[in-house]
Amino acid sequence: MSAARGVSRRNFLRNTASGGGLLLLGFCFNTKAMARNRRAGEPHSFTPNAYIKILSDNSIELMIGCSDMGQNVVTGLAMIVAEELDADLDRISVKVGPVDPEYFNPYARSMLTGGSTSTYANYDRLRNAGATARIMLIAAAARHWDIEPSRIRTEKSIIIDAVSGNKLRYGDLSKLASSIPLPDTVKLKPESRFRLVGKEVGRIDSEEKITGRARYGIDVQLPGLCYACVLHPPVFGASIVSIDDAVAARMPGVRKVKQIDSGVAVIADSFWRAKKARDALKVVWDEGAWAGTSSATLDQQYRELLKDSAALVKSNGDSKQAFMQASQVLDETYELPFLAHACMEPLNCTVHDHGDCADIFVGTQSQSGDQKYAAEVLGYAPDKVNIHTQVLGGGFGRRASKTADFVTEAALIARGEPWPIKMVWTREDDMTSGFYRPKYTHRVRVALNKKGEIDAWEHRVVGQRVSIGGFVDSGKSAAFDSAQVEGLVPFPYDVAGLRVEARPLVSPVPTLWWRSVGHSHTTFAMESMVDEAAYAANADPVNYRRKLYRKNPRMLKLLNTVAEMSDWGEELPEGQGLGVAVHDAYSFKAVCAHVAKVRVENGRFRVEKVWCAIDCGFAVNPNGVRAQMEGCVIFGLNGLTGQITFDKGRVVETNFHNYQVCRMSDAPQIEVVIINSGAEMGGIGEPGLPPIVPAVTNAIYAATGKRIRTLPARL
Amino acid sequence: MSISLKINGRIQLVDADADTPLLWVIRDTLKLVGTKFGCGMAQCGACTVHLDGAAIRSCMIPVAAVAGKDITTIEGLSEREENSLQRAWIEEDVVQCGYCQSGQIMSAAALLAENPNPSDEAIDNAMSGNICRCGTYPRIRKAIRRAAAYAEDASL
Ligand code: FES
Ligand code: FES
Repeated sequence: MSAARGVSRRNFLRNTASGGGLLLLGFCFNTKAMARNRRAGEPHSFTPNAYIKILSDNSIELMIGCSDMGQNVVTGLAMIVAEELDADLDRISVKVGPVDPEYFNPYARSMLTGGSTSTYANYDRLRNAGATARIMLIAAAARHWDIEPSRIRTEKSIIIDAVSGNKLRYGDLSKLASSIPLPDTVKLKPESRFRLVGKEVGRIDSEEKITGRARYGIDVQLPGLCYACVLHPPVFGASIVSIDDAVAARMPGVRKVKQIDSGVAVIADSFWRAKKARDALKVVWDEGAWAGTSSATLDQQYRELLKDSAALVKSNGDSKQAFMQASQVLDETYELPFLAHACMEPLNCTVHDHGDCADIFVGTQSQSGDQKYAAEVLGYAPDKVNIHTQVLGGGFGRRASKTADFVTEAALIARGEPWPIKMVWTREDDMTSGFYRPKYTHRVRVALNKKGEIDAWEHRVVGQRVSIGGFVDSGKSAAFDSAQVEGLVPFPYDVAGLRVEARPLVSPVPTLWWRSVGHSHTTFAMESMVDEAAYAANADPVNYRRKLYRKNPRMLKLLNTVAEMSDWGEELPEGQGLGVAVHDAYSFKAVCAHVAKVRVENGRFRVEKVWCAIDCGFAVNPNGVRAQMEGCVIFGLNGLTGQITFDKGRVVETNFHNYQVCRMSDAPQIEVVIINSGAEMGGIGEPGLPPIVPAVTNAIYAATGKRIRTLPARL
Repeated sequence: MSISLKINGRIQLVDADADTPLLWVIRDTLKLVGTKFGCGMAQCGACTVHLDGAAIRSCMIPVAAVAGKDITTIEGLSEREENSLQRAWIEEDVVQCGYCQSGQIMSAAALLAENPNPSDEAIDNAMSGNICRCGTYPRIRKAIRRAAAYAEDASL
């Protein structure tokens, strides 16, 4: 019996290793069984828990629950395990696990990568996982050599008997260690003995990404693969009146034209043929109400809505009184447009419907949601839908679709079809089909007293909700959502009177979280107004913020650091200016300040340099933190120049020629200082983003006297 | 139609519609998926390959137009012995999501072949057609300078 089981297990292993071959047989991975199998311990590997697998060749596979979209969790999490396991980091490879509670993000109670949570959400459990594996390897070696475990040291995946000098590789012990019982408790290393965590470490997956070997979702290859391209409505909310596919259906390579909920799909034997046939479809649309909308009317509508009072989010103290007694009142409107994520890898998803289960290959930040919604569309139980996470060519929130929009679209296309089908969006599809960072308009009033201090702050936000039904769901009936007011609640500055109101807007435009979510717009309004107040009070903008943060030593340290880095206060030549802005939010548990230096010439501005101070409590990989700050600055500059606008309901910006993103020639020099304050560990994928736009617009003011209150910025 | 292509030093016969952009033949027919699709209109540089040594955007060139010409993709470049560029890329730890990086390296390689010691301005000019949404530009600049220095050392 045991022999028979051995054979079947070997077959299973061979099948899973070949992947494509398995799919040819027409049945699915049973991910649950795989996980069980892994945990039960395979013949040539040691798998003490759901995360770590040590193979007999001494390599280590780390299975994690979060997706790497560039933010470098692969390296950070591998470092955490390697630290406690005393493993050779160079021999660790990282994979994303199946949808299984073992891999859930505790902050989302599902498999979801977002909110800059990955490092701190996994820190303790991966340290434990590594330490557990190490203790078991030591116990196995002690048994093997018949010595006391206390004689044994470990180093870079090697076990050493300190007395005899005998050595074994971890992989040599994979069989024996599998028979060691799990320890009840493990002792973690004191942080003072860390040799990896806290040190500068380069990405562990660079080589495959610079040689073209990394496999992104768009690169998926399967036997018999077909390709699909979808014609989406020209206007959000439009519906189909009639479809004429007489030409398209007869074009070479076309397998099928199929109407789905989100449009009309063409399935063909190559992407190019699918796209050409898609472009040849003739569809008559009932364009619906949104066809009358243009951005000029939208701007007007948002400004009108700002005039009425809205749902009360928070109030403190007596702001009315403060306004009556104010020696100056500032009352300004700040406007931010819809923005596209424009991940470098266009959205795509490959689905193979096997008739009783399905395999989905996708670069995603949201495995649990994708599985749930795809299962509904396909009519299977969720555990019959296997999500195989591919490398992600950017995410920024777009690949955490709250409705799994592009995944369910691909599932609908593949439903009932005999082929695996790779659906690929063109860049035009990506720009014009949603989802976007919502457009927001803010009205901010502040009451300044005789000393120029802010006594009261009133803030009203108009914009679409993004999180209804999502992972920060504030309830279907909620008047506002957290993405509208994040950063305002809790309110960061020390002011006596506060009133925050929010007003939602409903439209057919699909909206979604965009890197740093609510902070991407609230910080602009808040940090612009603080700057205006500083100038109105004849105060230096850094000094003025020092007062606002007088009770917050962490923020004071941050401000002082960035001021020192940038030689704040030095005279600059004509046409140049420095601007400061900070991000002090609870969302990411990290605080960040930027100073931007701007040069204005011939009516154009250029961001020359950005100094950044970041305090995320403790930096697991300082090099990775710096890279994220650089990335936040450059992605964030999109907010300065980019916009999605509408003309007769159609999205005007269709590709990178008219959606302005930061290019090499626009990229500032960036200098980053990391403050390891010892505060609770925070995340770093997002906190560097919110302050960049206001730092730049504040610098433009310093250089020119022109205050930018409407984005994209125009001089 | 059947078209003869010289890719990474090997001559291959491919069957493709004449108007198919070279990019999709490279990716879907030849399965060399290191070359990426980003925009399809010569705006982002993700699809950059070398055509007779020059960096071109493969997403807008019909395959029929490049028959018989010498085409190099990231896979071909990576096979070569001297890859000081890729070494510099690792040492500067440039990569984030990595999706744009094949194109960045192909553009940088063409730049250094033509101008072994480029100024910052020359780097900005040559590289501004390659978008990186992750924001790796400051490190790309440093990596190109580093690779240029390696090449200079090697030629001394
Ligand atoms: S895909 Fe060719 S330049 Fe963007
Ligand atoms: S590394 Fe992600 S787009 Fe460049």
